[in-house]
Amino acid sequence: MSVIYLLIGCSIFLALVFLIIFIRSAKTGQFEDDYTPSVRMLFDELPEGKTKKTLKQNTDHGA
Amino acid sequence: MATLKESTTRLNCFHCGEQCDEEVFYVEEKPFCCFGCKTVYEILNENNLCTYYDLAAAPGKNRKETISDARFQVLERPDIRSRFVTFEDERQFHITFYLPHIHCSSCIWLLENLHTLNDNIIHARVDFRRKEIFIIADKQGITLPQVAALLDSVGYEPYLSLQDEKKKTPEKTQKGRLIRLAVAGFCFGNIMLFSAPEYLAKGTLEDPQLQLLFQYMSLLLAIPVFFYSANEFYISSWKSLRNKYLNIDAPIAAAIIITFVRSLYMVFVEGQGGYFDSMSGIVFFMLLGRYFQDRTYKMVTFHRDYTSYFPLAAAVIKDGKEEQIPVSELKTGDVYIVRNNELVPADSILVMGHAHMDYSFVTGEAVPVDRTIGELLYAGGRQKGSSIQLKVIKEVSQSYLTQLWNKSDSEAEESNDSGFVQVLSKYFAYIVFILSFIAFIFWLVVEPSRALDALITPMIIACPCALLLSATFTNGNAIARLGQIGIYLKNAEVLEKLTRINAIVFDKTGTIAQSKEAKINWSGLSLTEEQKSLIYALANESAHPYSRAIARWCYTGNKLKVHEYSEVPGKGIHGVVAGHTLFIGKSDQNEEAGSVIIIDDERLGICSFEAVLFDGMSGLFERLKQQFPIHLLSGDTDKDRTRLSAFFDQQYQKYYCTPEGKRQYIKALQNNGQEVMMLGDGLNDAGALLQSNVGVAVTADISAFTPASDIVLDARQIGKTDVLLQYAAYSKKIVIWSFVLSIIYNIAGLFFALQGLLQPVIAAILMPLSTITIVLFTTGFTSLYARRLLK
Repeated sequence: MSVIYLLIGCSIFLALVFLIIFIRSAKTGQFEDDYTPSVRMLFDELPEGKTKKTLKQNTDHGA
Repeated sequence: MATLKESTTRLNCFHCGEQCDEEVFYVEEKPFCCFGCKTVYEILNENNLCTYYDLAAAPGKNRKETISDARFQVLERPDIRSRFVTFEDERQFHITFYLPHIHCSSCIWLLENLHTLNDNIIHARVDFRRKEIFIIADKQGITLPQVAALLDSVGYEPYLSLQDEKKKTPEKTQKGRLIRLAVAGFCFGNIMLFSAPEYLAKGTLEDPQLQLLFQYMSLLLAIPVFFYSANEFYISSWKSLRNKYLNIDAPIAAAIIITFVRSLYMVFVEGQGGYFDSMSGIVFFMLLGRYFQDRTYKMVTFHRDYTSYFPLAAAVIKDGKEEQIPVSELKTGDVYIVRNNELVPADSILVMGHAHMDYSFVTGEAVPVDRTIGELLYAGGRQKGSSIQLKVIKEVSQSYLTQLWNKSDSEAEESNDSGFVQVLSKYFAYIVFILSFIAFIFWLVVEPSRALDALITPMIIACPCALLLSATFTNGNAIARLGQIGIYLKNAEVLEKLTRINAIVFDKTGTIAQSKEAKINWSGLSLTEEQKSLIYALANESAHPYSRAIARWCYTGNKLKVHEYSEVPGKGIHGVVAGHTLFIGKSDQNEEAGSVIIIDDERLGICSFEAVLFDGMSGLFERLKQQFPIHLLSGDTDKDRTRLSAFFDQQYQKYYCTPEGKRQYIKALQNNGQEVMMLGDGLNDAGALLQSNVGVAVTADISAFTPASDIVLDARQIGKTDVLLQYAAYSKKIVIWSFVLSIIYNIAGLFFALQGLLQPVIAAILMPLSTITIVLFTTGFTSLYARRLLK
């Protein structure tokens, strides 16, 4: 029966990990805009020659 | 047949989709209604961005009414700049703009490809729901005013207002609530797991060590729920207690605290499991219900005041030079410039130029008025025509319009009546307190060992949460359903207020009738195609709404040149077209009849204008008339009186109303003991909307600026006003029935609890069962009624 202590520890730990991930994603704003990404992914790439010039020097999306 | 032919020959603008009823511009065989639309197309075409037009048909914003770019210069001022720039270093800066025109996937595509138009835009990202764009730009290459002008040049004018700052706060609380909800959910779920064995074993496990562990784990997990997740209940009930009244959160806070303290006692003194699961369950479900109830519509704003209508800056002339300063800094005696289509921000005197003021914003009257030098111009007018110079005589905060707003605001705030649910829950709380106290006394006499149980368990089992849940879930779902069809409610309280309405007041222009269109009744000779072309050519020269209506009516597709055009304000227009002399305007004999049309001294006939009612209005009035008195207020002349008398009683129609007059009218009704619902649109109704018990702002475009109100209503849905009232009544009924349902559960629970006999198993079954059935009951019925009524 003592294995149950280990299992309880594991399950709580796992649940905590999910909770922390959720809180982090809520804090970084992932639940704020639940519509635009669904439209954005359907756009085609722009034709050649008009590629994004300076995008690579800035990869963060800001606060 | 004639109308059919007309509609096929007319062209729709490739950019904005509006009818080209004036001059048509062509690029690559694509028609454009105005020069502005054509320019946007050319910019996009040059940069291979025409996918914009493939994603949605005619996605652009009409560019007929444009304002000069000079007003963006004010963005250079540090205090204003900091409102839009969220971050900056030596190389780049981050900007957030609110773009009201964002409305389709084409908008997202174009705006996120902004870097192809200007290399200095590094990155652009759109938040569609909030209609915001986030831009990272190269500081060396572009300035903030230039970014704003760039957005404007493709048809997305950034909205610059002093009010933006206030908008940010509710977002934060919503985010915090989501996290509190997550914590409560996590703890609730895990506590349920630890409690389950104890329930199944009827209170005692075989392994006492394991039981102890489960109890302490439950306690541990309950701590964040008690101290963190349930925070808002304590804060709000503490606030209400300090103001000496009981609000809806007070019984919940009491239940949470009692349950927690009682459970602590059970764990440490009695060595039992406690009710941590019930407590975290209450918190979790309450937060969940509130999260959905308060999920605000990001595109709808209810709390606008005059500052959101006024421009951010005015072009003041100082030492012969033009300088942009914020309107709030305008001082008495300053001279400033107002250009075509710009708004007058403060009461001023005209010192230079000819003012042609469109006061539709303030009075609802669509016909512009003329003012000459030396005359007073009230704030809120929009200049149509060439630039004028004005001298401020009252600062913005002192202006007539602002005063009206402030006055109505302070008076309306006072009426804070307690809602129906609040009253119910208060009595409910009292009854529970009294019952448990009686039980306590009873058992103290009969069998003292059971007395404490009998005192506390009723409070736990009969906590008013089932009642509160039924209200939050019913209202939350009802508001969401109404939102789906374009009726946006400010909060749940509005739904309740709707059930008490017994008088309805309508504004005329813009609310029940279209403000920009007038229907023409022609009495006279029938016109030939040639005559129509002549009339069209002349009428097309003028910006007067009646001329526009005549131009649309006489459109033939034939374009003729006008010579010797002259316009006498308030009289009419003259001109020579293809050798014929024309006059359109007021006839000399009969003042009110309308506009006569004269070609070569021959009087062809007379046009009279009547307001075009929105679709479904007559049906709505018929239905509403059966139930309530309905009133009509208009800032307009009484030219439509006879026609509208079919719907409104003579004594309930009022014309020539000032904004203050409208407010007084509502107040008079309220003094008669009536609960008034007011439907209005422009700023001229703002005072009346605030004064009324339920103010409904009617708007053709949900993202456009509406005055402060309780409900924002899509103009297309105005015919459903009666259904809205009906639906509100139904949802109140649902709350009552689910309350009855929860009372049945509570009586069952109390039956055991008052005997001091309540076993943990029964508590464990009753708690979630009552909660879940109530949630299902309320959401199920609100959805059912929504399907039946609102579709």
